[in-house]
Amino acid sequence: MKAADGFLESHLRARRDGGRKLLVPYITGGIDPRWIDLVRAAADAGADAIEVGIPFSDPVMDGPTIQAASERALDQGATPGSILDDVAGADVDVPLVVMTYFNIAFRVGVERFAAEAREAGISGMILPDVPMEEMGEWEPAARAAGLETVMLASPLTPEARLPVLTGRSQGFVYGVNLLGVTGERAAIGDHAASLGARLKAVTDLPAIMGFGVSTPDQAAAVAAHADGVVVGSALMRRVLDGEGPLRVGQAVADLRAGLDGG
Amino acid sequence: MSETASAMAEPDGAGRFGRFGGRFVPETLIPALAELEEGFREAWADPAFRARLDGLLKDYAGRPSPLTECERLSERLGLRLLLKREDLNHTGSHKINNVLGQALLAQRMGKERVIAETGAGQHGVATATAAALLGQECLVYMGEVDMERQALNVFRMRLLGAEVRPAMTGSRTLKDAVNEAMRDWVATVETTHYCLGSVMGPHPYPWMVRELHRVLGAEAREQCRALTGADPDVAVACVGGGSNAAGLFSGFADVPTRLVGAEPAGGAAVGRGVPGVVHGSKSFLLQDEWGQVTEAESISAGLDYPGVGPEHAHLADVGRAEYAAVTDEEVVDAFVTLSRLEGIIPALESAHALAWVIRERESLAGQTVLVNLSGRGDKDVEQVSRLLGPAAGADRGLR
Repeated sequence: MKAADGFLESHLRARRDGGRKLLVPYITGGIDPRWIDLVRAAADAGADAIEVGIPFSDPVMDGPTIQAASERALDQGATPGSILDDVAGADVDVPLVVMTYFNIAFRVGVERFAAEAREAGISGMILPDVPMEEMGEWEPAARAAGLETVMLASPLTPEARLPVLTGRSQGFVYGVNLLGVTGERAAIGDHAASLGARLKAVTDLPAIMGFGVSTPDQAAAVAAHADGVVVGSALMRRVLDGEGPLRVGQAVADLRAGLDGG
Repeated sequence: MSETASAMAEPDGAGRFGRFGGRFVPETLIPALAELEEGFREAWADPAFRARLDGLLKDYAGRPSPLTECERLSERLGLRLLLKREDLNHTGSHKINNVLGQALLAQRMGKERVIAETGAGQHGVATATAAALLGQECLVYMGEVDMERQALNVFRMRLLGAEVRPAMTGSRTLKDAVNEAMRDWVATVETTHYCLGSVMGPHPYPWMVRELHRVLGAEAREQCRALTGADPDVAVACVGGGSNAAGLFSGFADVPTRLVGAEPAGGAAVGRGVPGVVHGSKSFLLQDEWGQVTEAESISAGLDYPGVGPEHAHLADVGRAEYAAVTDEEVVDAFVTLSRLEGIIPALESAHALAWVIRERESLAGQTVLVNLSGRGDKDVEQVSRLLGPAAGADRGLR
């Protein structure tokens, strides 16, 4: 079901402005034949948006867990086409954002990929290997399709670059709160506070932090410096360990409770 | 003439060679790549840096490498065959040219830790060597499959003080070692220099690595002219990522010499690939209809890579260089032939270039053909001995 244009940003802004910390779980598309049930479970458990990974064979921004999840999905025959087909039948009431690498879009053609994603009900797109300098091909295609492109900001992004970057981001800005790849960490590191503050100083766009956020306590700690968190590896590890929608939904509910101070 | 001269010019401001190249990397790496580009520009323009590098290339690596005229093989082939002997460099291949430059650059930029990826191990050995020389901490990623194929080079790197860490994902070959190196770099970019081993990856690597290998092309051209009084009719080099070919071609880009890159049949990114984006740049890439990178298959671990440097994609695009695929079978024949007729055991990578010449000998009759012998075959002897058995391929190759 195709959501309205701008749904990602308007939905997240409305919830944030209502005083809520935003929770964006990540689910690898095709990790399980019934993976859409994981998406529904996450939505029912209090997700504010859901990041759907379209697996790529060479995910250089991802750590071992998401790599393994991507590999499993590819081994089971998942394709960008099959994942978007599944998404089209998801029928959830929160915005869906795809996270994938540029070659997936480039191979089928950026216009076609953007249009098909939008048609399947996707509101936004995260392409971690497309920095501002390489947006020339993707950005017009995304705009034409009505897709919101979420840009990533890093702790190393220079001061002068940050407002330009957030100015081009749509939906939200994704703060990478550590140096490194995705994956669970014992501690959340010391970049969350400073990056969160730097983002808040230059943009009113929802600032959501990800990478290394695993537990409800960590989610609460990171979200204190931003508008919310993305959690991926901690959920996909459960799926790789054989847990189903019920248990994954419970994990999302626990994160929700952590963010809500419960 | 102006078109050939511009065929190997500096990339544009966005690091593109024609429609290829660029900087498709996570935001975290953007400042580091800008810093590296600036650092390399400054160093390259600094006479003191150039003098230090030239000194190391001469007195440590053994440059200039000789140009060898192959009289016996020339006679069999009916052409004039010249070999640029990069196999005689310290550490056994052309890789040392690039690595000494990058290691010095890392030192100049205050990065004490160096990481690298390696396929056959030649780039890893060169990096471990330079790191030992300059007192740098060194970590080399290598596909688990390649570690088995090239156990001797793994030992060599460890002996030189480097840590060798297996890449266990995907095909467990060079492509996956690059993935692991990039993941490491994203986490350690403030203190680490990624010593990339070929003319691939995000800008400025393809350009910087080509400039660091330009020395071999410039020498080859001068030596050819001194020996034959002219430029060669054809210059041939093997192409995986394409660093030795880029160095060789740069010496002849502005003259009419025909430039040929020999690719492995199972990993012919130019021949069978389509434009794609992986490891930071846009180039020809072996991939399926959905954009998943497919696995290259080659007898030589160093060429077992599904992509190719963006400048090669551009040279193919504009027709300045041509790329042809040779089979593993032809490569082993060439390996045996050069060993038998000239007493030179080539790296399996370099045997690709020679295999193309042997196959095309009729069309090349009477011409002067320069082959870049990018590395020596010591590392491959055990692998080939398993293939050929005790008779050492007595029935193989040209006799």
